[in-house]
Amino acid sequence: MLVDQFNPLEGKMLSILDKDGNVKDKKLVPKIEDEKLIEIYKTMLLTRVADIKALQYQRQGRMLTYAPNQGQEATQVGSIAASEEKDWLVPAFRELGAWLYKGVPLEQIFLYWYGNESGSDFPENVKMLPISVPIASQLNHAVGIGMATNIKGEDEVTLAYVGDGGTSQGEFSEALNFAGVFNTPTVFIISNNQFAISVPRKFQTKAKTLAQKSIGFGIPGIQVDGNDVLAVYAATKEAVDRARKGEGPTLIETVTYRLGPHTTSDDPKIYREDVEVEEWKEKDPLIRFRKYLIDKNLWDEEKDEKQKEEFENIVNSNFKKVEESGKISLEKIFKYNYEEMTPELIEQYEEYKNYIEKGVK
Amino acid sequence: MPLLNNISAINHALDKEMERDKSVVVYGEDVGFEGGVFRATAGLQKKHGVDRCFDTPLAESGIVGSAVGMAVNGMKPVVEMQFSGFVLPAMNQILGHVARYRNRTRGRYNLPMVIRMPYGGGVRALEHHSESMEDIFAQTPGLKVVIPSTPYDTKGLLLAAIRDPDPVIFLEPKRIYRAFKQDVPEEDYTLPIGKAKIVQEGEDITVVVWGALVREAQKAIKEIEDEGISVELIDLRTISPLDKETIIESVQKTGRFLVVHEAFKSFGPGAELISTVNEGAFLYLEAPPTRLTGFDITIPLPKGEHHFIIEPKQIADKIREIVSF
Repeated sequence: MLVDQFNPLEGKMLSILDKDGNVKDKKLVPKIEDEKLIEIYKTMLLTRVADIKALQYQRQGRMLTYAPNQGQEATQVGSIAASEEKDWLVPAFRELGAWLYKGVPLEQIFLYWYGNESGSDFPENVKMLPISVPIASQLNHAVGIGMATNIKGEDEVTLAYVGDGGTSQGEFSEALNFAGVFNTPTVFIISNNQFAISVPRKFQTKAKTLAQKSIGFGIPGIQVDGNDVLAVYAATKEAVDRARKGEGPTLIETVTYRLGPHTTSDDPKIYREDVEVEEWKEKDPLIRFRKYLIDKNLWDEEKDEKQKEEFENIVNSNFKKVEESGKISLEKIFKYNYEEMTPELIEQYEEYKNYIEKGVK
Repeated sequence: MPLLNNISAINHALDKEMERDKSVVVYGEDVGFEGGVFRATAGLQKKHGVDRCFDTPLAESGIVGSAVGMAVNGMKPVVEMQFSGFVLPAMNQILGHVARYRNRTRGRYNLPMVIRMPYGGGVRALEHHSESMEDIFAQTPGLKVVIPSTPYDTKGLLLAAIRDPDPVIFLEPKRIYRAFKQDVPEEDYTLPIGKAKIVQEGEDITVVVWGALVREAQKAIKEIEDEGISVELIDLRTISPLDKETIIESVQKTGRFLVVHEAFKSFGPGAELISTVNEGAFLYLEAPPTRLTGFDITIPLPKGEHHFIIEPKQIADKIREIVSF
């Protein structure tokens, strides 16, 4: 078991590819079909392309606040790729690659960041909760999903995401504790991207790793190289398989780096050195994985260029549709607070509707 | 027809609903094996199994947060906060998620869940055991807030709350958990959420109350019955959504209005009700609409609580004052 081989208390971190995409230990390489390897890579590439575009749109004043993902694609896609369609995804807010792999249409994701709740009304088959802004509170939802899974005797697994800052929240501890007590099929993924906005990881905890936090709750924990998609996949797959067999939750810490700002409204130059960012750019998860695929003759530079271009067009056309979506109707902002609008809401709605129909606003 | 008090009516309703609907699960601190510190869930674990009625770690946010996940995944959780004063750690979940999920997902995920909690003062308890916080929940879009006052209402409203497609905060006036018994029909019935009940009709003044204060108001009315004052007494039953129609109609008839509650005065439910009366019955008023409420102070420990708790005599005096305006 990887969780036994890589004990975070012994300072061990699971890592399979080096930064040049070479396999360090063949025995650790997870079994993934070629087709799936390509699908994983393509999702990572789409994530990167969409992310860069979204930042551009935001800088052009066409998009509202946006949380960039650059540098974290391996963590996002490697983890979700180890789950199945029937499994649940409980996001924090920076998992673009995971959402795309799960099947959320890019248009909807952009619609959310564009400022429209309909961006969280995912297609029926996409078992994913909406983005959760209150940090770490979503982890308790993930555990509740798992408690229901257990009661119903089903074998779905829930993947739940949180950042390094989120591990300081009380709800993080409550969720891990409940997951342990009720033996829920939950895989917690801490995307440790080194910063909670401006606050570095060392100010979140004195613990050497975030993975070791699992130990106090009696559940296994493992730290993996979060920029190594094979390592992320391997650790998650093991955790998912255990959870599905009824062997309970796992905590995975993926060590990665947020190459961009926290959101479009902050400037990371204030709180970190360029040289640090440059160092992490050398560990870019996309470059590493691409080299691995090229070595396996599954991909080449020419394909890469073509694919990137195709994705750019897809991203542009999706965003264009979002821009054409316009504003939300008055009815929609009232309609979904309860199954049926209360008499008070009907009154407020009618009064304002009559007012604006006179053309004053 | 069983003769039940308020706490046994809760137990009875939960039992019946767990039998009828296998997706109903009941959990919280001491809820499972012990059956709750007030015995609201006594016997449920034994009868319905440890999967459907169980104890949790001592963490309110975990209880409510997991209930969100449960509801998303097809269950109908009925969770207990041991006392309403203990709900504070769970407010991040209640205000931040429970109330918002339907709107956030444009109706994809609704949360059919009930958060039960004993509430209100008058039981001579420790700090954080006597609060009346119905206003905080009532101010939050997406929540419904129900407060029963009799065993009959408790059963009908709790069943309605569990079957409601939206989250319901179910506040149980613990002071009257065992105050009196009533015949409660064995068969299934619900009472509508969002509808007040006219407890008695009258001509001179409308008095609106809920929870434990319904009985106190009835005692007050008895005290003044020989004085020729005819009181229309309304038990609100549901704080949110508010049954404005019943209140306004009544005040249009009586021309006078008193609301009594134990929640704080400033920015409290009374302020909302008086605004409702002013907006809907202003030209019918013969006296200023009035509120008799808890003071704007931290609710005192037992040796000072008697000043805070509203007694029938205070209600009677306030009615006399308004009628002689």
